[in-house]
Amino acid sequence: MSPATWPRSNPLAERLLRIDPRAGSIADAHVADLPSLLGPGDLLVLNDSATMPASLQGTTDDGAPVEVRLLGEPALGRFSALLFGAGDWHARTEDRPLPPALAEGAAIHFSPDFSARVASVSAASPRFVELTFDAEGARFWSALYRAGRPIQYAYLDAPLPLWHVQTAYASRPWSAELPSAGRPLAWGLLLELRCRGVKVASLTHAAGLSSTGDPGLDALLPLPERFDIPEATVLAVREAHAGGHRVIAVGTTVTRALEGSAAQHDGELVAGSGVTDLRLHGAFQLRIADGILTGIHDPSESHFDLLEAFAPAALLREALAHAEETGYLCHEFGDSSLILS
Amino acid sequence: MNQSESSGDQASNGGAGPLAGRAVLITGASQGLGKALAEELARQGAHVVMVARDPAALEAAAHAIRRSGGVAHALAADIGDKDAVYPLAGAAAAVVGPIDLLIHNASTLGATPLPLLLDTACEDLERVLAVNVIGPFRLSKIIAGSMALRGKGLLVHISSDAAVNAYPGWGAYGLSKAALDHLSRTWAAELDGTGVRSIAIDPGEMNTRMHADAIPDADPATLTDPAVIAARIAALVARPEAIVNGARIEASSLAIPQEAS
Repeated sequence: MSPATWPRSNPLAERLLRIDPRAGSIADAHVADLPSLLGPGDLLVLNDSATMPASLQGTTDDGAPVEVRLLGEPALGRFSALLFGAGDWHARTEDRPLPPALAEGAAIHFSPDFSARVASVSAASPRFVELTFDAEGARFWSALYRAGRPIQYAYLDAPLPLWHVQTAYASRPWSAELPSAGRPLAWGLLLELRCRGVKVASLTHAAGLSSTGDPGLDALLPLPERFDIPEATVLAVREAHAGGHRVIAVGTTVTRALEGSAAQHDGELVAGSGVTDLRLHGAFQLRIADGILTGIHDPSESHFDLLEAFAPAALLREALAHAEETGYLCHEFGDSSLILS
Repeated sequence: MNQSESSGDQASNGGAGPLAGRAVLITGASQGLGKALAEELARQGAHVVMVARDPAALEAAAHAIRRSGGVAHALAADIGDKDAVYPLAGAAAAVVGPIDLLIHNASTLGATPLPLLLDTACEDLERVLAVNVIGPFRLSKIIAGSMALRGKGLLVHISSDAAVNAYPGWGAYGLSKAALDHLSRTWAAELDGTGVRSIAIDPGEMNTRMHADAIPDADPATLTDPAVIAARIAALVARPEAIVNGARIEASSLAIPQEAS
């Protein structure tokens, strides 16, 4: 499958692959067709997290280059991070040299007035660390936005400006990478959906990293991620289900937040913040989401296993083969799929 | 953007006041009306992000608010700089949460003494439009989407009499404020029904440095203290549900607020 190598100018013209698990059918459509595919009372749940400039180029005290990719902030002022050696996104992650071994207490310097220290090193891999920074609050965020760049991968054409990794409704910068399922949702489309009676609600989920370059570490993804679900969203989900309507998670991050919250509360969606380590798979019984709007995911991605919670693997493979044959594009600026009956 | 430090929450007003916990972003907040608004809104319990170009003046203003128990964060940025706006919006939401109230107060007169249009450099007009119109558009474009998703929010555009009346010498500034008024009305029309409102406010003639730059020989005794205007605007924005979406409001017509008990 070919990746989209740059954002396209009109998201409504991007392709949308419809996958109907109950009918066992697939069909071609476009993002602009979404209003005709959803009905009054159906609920779209969006992830309103903005994307951090999570890639930082730094040096150790010895002057060795290291790239830090921030994954999230599980505790205030303490960031989990993945380390790479010399180089940047131009090289494929699997081709990147290993970072220098950093022990607890080691420093990484990003600029003369911005640095971090290793607070802990993961038992799983010395590339996974927790970092504390020498600034907090507005001072920290100003420094991060000055020094950091969006995380990106080698299949893209050029360095990404910050605005290309935000959705049209993003707010708090919790995500390491763009929660890309919502990227095509322009406001003209969202307001048209609302006009037709489709409900729209939000939650915040800290989307993590999609690839480390190391199959052993990739198997650990997604790591635990934090989420925050507003009361209004809980009520909207309840109202949709009570009326016999469908709840559509926009993206795997929204699915993790909804199902993760329910898994922690005896199957009930509960308002508030939390951290989920939920991993979805084919045998998982979905409690909240009836369908998902997501990208075009290859079987090699961890997202693919997750999608098996929504549709049988055979149908997903058939859909993927069709997508590949007919030129759908994958990855964060690629085309979309809607798995919904 | 430049640095600042976060507030000490232990002495905050965050739990009380008509604007308790409301997340506010104010541009042009290091002096004049913007600073007075930051002080008044923080005094009423809002969590305020203050934006201006001069980091030292801005931090001093934010520090003074924190010392008196308010929640204020300083983010130094030039609103006319395209590359500054996403970092600004991201950092603001990181420190105070999704923005509930966005006040576009920063503006520039352009060249002073105020030149006739025939004597105005094209580059000066472009800079005035960048700061007074395009910057507010960019910032609202980022922030109003999350407001619409959450079904609430208020955009406030600080305007001027010069937006409505044409005065010799006020060309660049006046046409930028007329455009800002129209930007405000268009946000209102497009966001109608989402719960997000947009208004413009003409604060009137105030005793500020901008006024002195524009009209150096004005008698300060005839000018209003910006703190008085700030108190009236604070009373207005404390009840966004009562605001007519798309309105252009003259501050002189606003009720003088009773001191909150």
